[in-house]
Amino acid sequence: MRRLWAIGRKDLVVLFRDRAALILMLAAPFALTIGLGVVTGSFSGRDQGELREIPVVIVNHDQGPLGENLADLLRDPDLQSLLQPIDLEDPAEARRQVEADKAAAAILIPQGFSAGVLPGAASGAVGPAPAIEVVQNPGRPTSTAVVTSIVNGFLLRLQAGEVGAQVAVSQLVGSGRMSRQDLPLEAPEIGRRVAADASTISLIRVESDLPGTTPRVAFNPLAYTAPAMALLFLMYTVGLGARSLLLERDQGTLARLRATPTRESQVLGGKLFGTYLTGVAQLTILITATTLLFRLDWGTPLGLAALILAASAGATGWGALMAAVAHTPSQAGSLGAAVMLSFGILGGSFFQIDLGPPLLQALGRLTPNYWGLQGFAILASGETLADLARPIAALWLMGLVLFTLAVFIFRRGGLSRR
Amino acid sequence: MAAMIEVTDLVKQYPGAGAPAVDGVSFTVEPGEVFSLLGPNGAGKTTTLSVLSCLLVPTAGDARLGGHSVRDDPMAVKRLLGVVPQEVALYLPLTAHENLTFWGEMYGLGGAELKRRVDQSLELVGLRERARERIETYSGGMKRRINIAVGLLHQPTIVFLDEPTVGIDPQSRRSILDTVKSLNQQGMTVLYTTHYMEEAQELSHRIGVIDHGRLIALGTLEELTRLVGHEDAIELRIAGDHVPAELVEALRHVPGVTQASAEDRTIRILAPDANRVLPEVIGATGAQHVKIASVAVQEPNLEGVFLHLTGRALRD
Repeated sequence: MRRLWAIGRKDLVVLFRDRAALILMLAAPFALTIGLGVVTGSFSGRDQGELREIPVVIVNHDQGPLGENLADLLRDPDLQSLLQPIDLEDPAEARRQVEADKAAAAILIPQGFSAGVLPGAASGAVGPAPAIEVVQNPGRPTSTAVVTSIVNGFLLRLQAGEVGAQVAVSQLVGSGRMSRQDLPLEAPEIGRRVAADASTISLIRVESDLPGTTPRVAFNPLAYTAPAMALLFLMYTVGLGARSLLLERDQGTLARLRATPTRESQVLGGKLFGTYLTGVAQLTILITATTLLFRLDWGTPLGLAALILAASAGATGWGALMAAVAHTPSQAGSLGAAVMLSFGILGGSFFQIDLGPPLLQALGRLTPNYWGLQGFAILASGETLADLARPIAALWLMGLVLFTLAVFIFRRGGLSRR
Repeated sequence: MAAMIEVTDLVKQYPGAGAPAVDGVSFTVEPGEVFSLLGPNGAGKTTTLSVLSCLLVPTAGDARLGGHSVRDDPMAVKRLLGVVPQEVALYLPLTAHENLTFWGEMYGLGGAELKRRVDQSLELVGLRERARERIETYSGGMKRRINIAVGLLHQPTIVFLDEPTVGIDPQSRRSILDTVKSLNQQGMTVLYTTHYMEEAQELSHRIGVIDHGRLIALGTLEELTRLVGHEDAIELRIAGDHVPAELVEALRHVPGVTQASAEDRTIRILAPDANRVLPEVIGATGAQHVKIASVAVQEPNLEGVFLHLTGRALRD
């Protein structure tokens, strides 16, 4: 075990001193993540760093108090530095403002919103309320998430009956239909009725400019591109590992290793362990960097660690197979590049594989990219460690099967191929 | 005393190759002896060492090192051995210290003992001051010295040095030869391969001359030179680009000349009495309109032995 560790540690150090390799292992995925982030607008100065003066269009067609309450909330002096409200009358113009990236979101308060929420003048019943529409700008995911969460907060309070009941009671008292003496008796009942009814209706409708996709309030494209690039370049790293074994053979260090009292299985195991360690280090560095710089939430640390270890194992299995079938370092290099790109396509590092044909989706399941991305998506959506079990098991199984296959091939030819 | 190395009818045939790389080689090396395998490039020296290092499985025959068979107990053999390969086999991005520490771990060393051995080895090859520099910044000679230090780090009973002085500066070469002598004085058994007869002559207790995979002569320097009698070697260096084949043929017919061969601009001649044949040799050369750049006469040596046994110069 000591020898295994020594070989693995040595490979890790050797690789991390190779500037060219470091550029491709760390700088390239990082640069691509940033590039894709800029393209998708995840951070381009608008959403990066401190959020200030988010332009938000308010179209209030409600004649009642709730629309005005919401508009007032958005204009609240406490939110002055955060939001920059723009009042418009025309919903179409509001949408155009969002499409033109002049606003992060548009809040369309429909006519009759208050009337739908508050008790009817005659019956005192709560009518169905038309939904408030939030038109999102996908180029400003964080800003729209902030605006949406403010509107959501207002509506949640409303749904709980608090605002609705207060307004209703104050209106009843103001109109003279309820005396102040009746307040202790009637107000709790009105609150209960408002809350009970409001819980069954949706008071908000979120609309995104992305056609054909389900809007996600807090969607951040980086949450997809960062792990996708990390996994893509993890395959590059394992390709380097395969090449390193063949390079050692050409440079004479493999023969020297075999001349020491070290078994061939230890030498092979050590080399693969080195590749594995390098993969783990690479993913850890990339994830730490994106967490610190882009404030990406990757999920629970425990799940993240388990997934990093599993993804590296799956990828190292492919690296072992590449080393076993290639005959020269240049062959391993070409094979590594081909595998990296094809796995990137099949595994969903470039686009979501769910959009592809069934055959492509089936092939994608053979790649560590696919299972790794599945795992990162599960983690990012805040699901439990148990939900992560499937991708982790698939990755470890992949590593084990491929490693066994590689050992079988090596045993036939021997490490020295003589 | 039992031999430290005992090689018996060793054969190594590479798949697809016509002739065996090693063809029935047998020799023994006694404990504390420096034994050299002398022969030109491609003679089978490195293949022989590779089989003895358990890197290659012999096609036939066997070798025992410290009583352990390379066929049956390779791990026991490897524990006795320190191997210094012909090419520098080091990790260039690592420092000398890191390289030695890594290879020490491969030989099962650890802790304070490993640190002590690393320091000793660096001292032995005179590179302690530059131990923390990466190998890739070293000169060729310095790399060779660290290459040797790795092979000696675990203080092996037997050390194999495969042409350790090829392509290095005279100063580093001198340092390496002195290191080998020093190791031998400490009782280490050394198996040394070279195609430089001067090195074999200077270092070895006994020498095996190998050519085309076969051991063609074996003995001490005196025993080997006796094979060619007391023949002198004459070395003629001509002024032209190459030696005409007709001139070599003519020299072979000069009375008193027993052997003549040529390589590039140099003609080598063996004769029992150099002074007696020299005028006629010069005359025959002049008759072929070839200008002589220099003439040297040498006492009997291994070059002459090889020429005598194979009809070719050692560096052919």
